[in-house]
Amino acid sequence: MFLFFLTSGLFLGWTLGANDASNVFGSAVGSKMIRFKQAAIIASIFVVLGAVIQGYGGSETLGKLGSVDALGGAFTVALAAGVSVFWMTKLKLPVSTSQAIVGAIIGWNFFTENPTDLNSLTKIVTTWISGPILGGIFAILLFLLLQYILKKSKIHIIKLDGYIKFGLLVVGAFGSYSLGANNIANVVGVFVPSVPNIILDFGFFTLNGMQLLFLAGGLSISLGIITYSQRVMMTVGNSLMKLNAETAIVVVLAHSLVLFVFSSQSLSDLFVRIGLPEIPLVPVSSSQAIVGAILGIGLLKGGKNIQINVIGKIAFGWVVTPIIAGLIAFFALFFMSNVFNLKVSENTSKFIKNDITIRHNNITDTTETKIIDNFDVVSNEVTKVNIYKPLVIIIIVLLLVLILYQLYVINNLKDKDKLEEYQESIERYNIQQKLLENELKITTDANSKLEKEIEDKEIEQKKIALSIIRKNEILSKLKAEIENLKLKPEGKLKFSDLNSLKMLILENLNVEKERKSFNKYIKELDHAFYQNLIKKYPDLTDNEKKLCSLLRLKLTSKEIASILNITPKSVEVNRYRLRKKMNINKSEKLSKIIRNL
Amino acid sequence: MINIFKTSKSVALSIDDFFDKIDLGILNFKKGINSYIKGNSEEFDLNLKTLNFLEKDADSIKRKIENEFYLHSLMPNYASDILNLLESVDDIIDRAKDVINQFDVEKPHLPEEIINDYLELVTLSVKSVENVIPAARIFFTSPDQVKDKIQKVLFYHRETDVLSNNIKRKIFQELETLKLSEKIHLRYFTFHIEQISDASKIVAQKLSSLVIKIKM
Repeated sequence: MFLFFLTSGLFLGWTLGANDASNVFGSAVGSKMIRFKQAAIIASIFVVLGAVIQGYGGSETLGKLGSVDALGGAFTVALAAGVSVFWMTKLKLPVSTSQAIVGAIIGWNFFTENPTDLNSLTKIVTTWISGPILGGIFAILLFLLLQYILKKSKIHIIKLDGYIKFGLLVVGAFGSYSLGANNIANVVGVFVPSVPNIILDFGFFTLNGMQLLFLAGGLSISLGIITYSQRVMMTVGNSLMKLNAETAIVVVLAHSLVLFVFSSQSLSDLFVRIGLPEIPLVPVSSSQAIVGAILGIGLLKGGKNIQINVIGKIAFGWVVTPIIAGLIAFFALFFMSNVFNLKVSENTSKFIKNDITIRHNNITDTTETKIIDNFDVVSNEVTKVNIYKPLVIIIIVLLLVLILYQLYVINNLKDKDKLEEYQESIERYNIQQKLLENELKITTDANSKLEKEIEDKEIEQKKIALSIIRKNEILSKLKAEIENLKLKPEGKLKFSDLNSLKMLILENLNVEKERKSFNKYIKELDHAFYQNLIKKYPDLTDNEKKLCSLLRLKLTSKEIASILNITPKSVEVNRYRLRKKMNINKSEKLSKIIRNL
Repeated sequence: MINIFKTSKSVALSIDDFFDKIDLGILNFKKGINSYIKGNSEEFDLNLKTLNFLEKDADSIKRKIENEFYLHSLMPNYASDILNLLESVDDIIDRAKDVINQFDVEKPHLPEEIINDYLELVTLSVKSVENVIPAARIFFTSPDQVKDKIQKVLFYHRETDVLSNNIKRKIFQELETLKLSEKIHLRYFTFHIEQISDASKIVAQKLSSLVIKIKM
């Protein structure tokens, strides 16, 4: 049941981790000096360490402000503070967990009519003012010191970058430790009066109930850092003033020192020993400390870069947060006690219905009373739990599981790698095949197109050749007709005879034109052939070349004679000469050799 | 974590090495042009070869520095400005190499009347570079002192400008025996030598803005 009630505190811890980690590592992560993963691991570890080792001081002061003596009350107070922080963050208003929890405790005091310890309240409010001022002073001193060192040492700026990166990690670790030590009181401080009196023995060390409570709180802050702070770090970054790496390290260190000063019992004791006033151990707002530090640097640099409206917004948040948290706490307590009958205080109050108080006081068989009673009983006796042996066994089992899991992962990865490699090679092969197929298709298409063109041109050539042959035949006919007419006696020549001659001549008119286009076609089609022919037989005359191209078309001597307008016998003679010129044996066929060119 | 220190140390050394190459390169440039003017072709060839090697080396060192910057996200806030600065410094040796190669290829004829002016022009232009390199070096260790060095660079740049104008005026107004093509050729070489001091002025300007940025 205690753990259930603690959830509101853990929620508050989560919001604190999500928001305030950016104060420690925001500038470093935002400017990419440090990777978020690195920052998150360091912050998580050191927050927990700070909370467990040094977290008690602040809780004591909060307890004095208002000792929330019932578990239900602690739950409601923490929840009210958590809701205020979450709500104000959503509204993008600067908010402090410290102020929220103080406001909520005062709300509880009002509700339960508990007197608010004005001394503690003054102490707390004073630190709200002195915290930022101290932050500013620390920042100015550290900045001047750093400037002096840098001026004197003349470090190469690239080397300095390395040192600053390392410094940011160290200072970040210190800042996280201080954050855990100081702000853990905000998270689980209200649960301190109700903590069970238990000691867990881990063999090497023991943790008491209080330390366990702080450990849980620290872990909740770590969870907030890991799960949600990245977004805040990247967006909030340097909203107040643009910080360079050196300034960032100074600001974070000043902020960490402020948190450390207000949470270190040893330092406070040392102050008392040397005669100085005691340092109040109070949870200070981490955001206030950082704002103070940034303002300090800003003032040192002349105050030009400071954005006044952002400061105004922060100041507004400082005033409004405790009021809102107090009001939410008051109404939540009213609701919890009067609707859910939850015991929020050991005392009676005019805001708590009398019958509930009476029932809580008198009726002892209700479950809650039983729990509280049992809790009270437990709280009077220290329960020591030795968890050394179970812890060792758990660690061994966990290690074994981890090793097995790692082996499985490695094996799986290997298989996966092989499979991926295999799939990749198949894919590559497929792509290559597709590419080759495409290329082949393109080439085939181009070839078939060319073949088609050649075929068309050959047909065209043949058509022209045939047309020439036909027209030559007509001319021969015409010649024969004229011969006939010549033989006719004078005066018997008829008009119709002349007309038929005219018709034959008209048909013949286009022969020359067609011959020209035929020659053109031959040249176009046989360009490659001509080139080869010239290369192999450079001494050939134009007429011989023409004869070769006609022979290539598989035309007969008669057809060639008709085209070239010579007798078939002349074609034969030309063929003979050509054979001689080309040094062709009798056994070889001239047309075959020409076609193979 | 040890890696951070190792990387930053190696990058710092590389930057120093890079500046050494530029320094040596510009000295070779000066010597090469002087040798050309004095007609010492062997010496000129040697300087030309050395300058070409140095330019190549500077390029590869610059690339190495760029890789280290990106790989280890060094100085994320100023990385682009610093790399830009190194690029501009590299531009000086690039221009010097181009000019000396042009002398080698085009072999301009320099009349007696302007030889001394040309020697002076080369000296002034080189001096502006000789001052900007220490300024760039000191930026990495004591940015406050950059300002003093930059003043000298600007002075030599101005002087180079004035002399270059005088030479051009002399070429076009006094040397009447030269053909127009020869005049244009000489103007072209004057302009290119002058450009080396322009490149160092660009580096100086980048340095001043970087100092302001880093001090903010």
